[in-house]
Amino acid sequence: MVGEFRVDSYRFLPRSFRPAFESFPEQPVTVSAARPRVPLPQARVALLTSAGLYLEGRQQPFDLERERREPRWGDPTFREIPRDARQDEIGMAHLHLSADDVLQDFNIALPIDAFAALEREGAFGSLAQRHYSFMGYQGESTRAWEEEQGPELVRRLEEDRVDLLILAPA
Amino acid sequence: MPVLARTVETAGIATVIVTPMPEIAERFRLPRIVGVEFPFGHAFGMAGDRAMQQRVARAALALYEQVDLPARVDLEIPWPVEQSVAYRAWQPSEPSPVVRYRLEQAARRREGQGAG
Repeated sequence: MVGEFRVDSYRFLPRSFRPAFESFPEQPVTVSAARPRVPLPQARVALLTSAGLYLEGRQQPFDLERERREPRWGDPTFREIPRDARQDEIGMAHLHLSADDVLQDFNIALPIDAFAALEREGAFGSLAQRHYSFMGYQGESTRAWEEEQGPELVRRLEEDRVDLLILAPA
Repeated sequence: MPVLARTVETAGIATVIVTPMPEIAERFRLPRIVGVEFPFGHAFGMAGDRAMQQRVARAALALYEQVDLPARVDLEIPWPVEQSVAYRAWQPSEPSPVVRYRLEQAARRREGQGAG
């Protein structure tokens, strides 16, 4: 549609990073999109962020020390964030982002409160109990995500009977 | 992150990605994309602004039952912080290890050229 608003994908990206993103190859194969299993009013929703959130004192932070030693490596593991997590329980381990706003309000990356409010008004079926946090910088390879963490994530989503996963890259 | 979305879709669970870089999500051919012109790390909006966060959340939910795929919806929500401030504010206070590594490599190349 002419005149339709389009997001400038590079507006906040440092200019020196731009060529790497612009030359990113198009994937040759279209993903076969999953069909909704149930209508939205019955759908269970889970959330996923790559902002590097973890539960302070209860979970290991992402391994930033190894990333400092090996700059082309990023921790591929993930953490479960329960829907009743409180702001003062949230830590953030991510060397590519400022933590200031997330430590004030983690909902900017993992919007549990917004979705809980929409759940109460009946905008969708239910919000899952478990949500997911990754640390988005993966260096040169996403192989661990493809072969290990991705399938494990799917297993947990199936266990929780999740119908829709909403992902927010950091 | 698009890699995870593809894995989950392929397993038969619907996904929506909410991203400041919808162009990259399109290159990964993800089926449901919400574009937001927000700084990195702020996919759902401003800290403390529940109305803005809910607006983005509603847009993500609305794509779930979209029949005509792939679908991309870009939200026209202005970021209420001056560009030069917002551009700096999301970035870490010191360069990430990989940026530092690349800067060091570039400096070494320059030194090498100077010596040659």
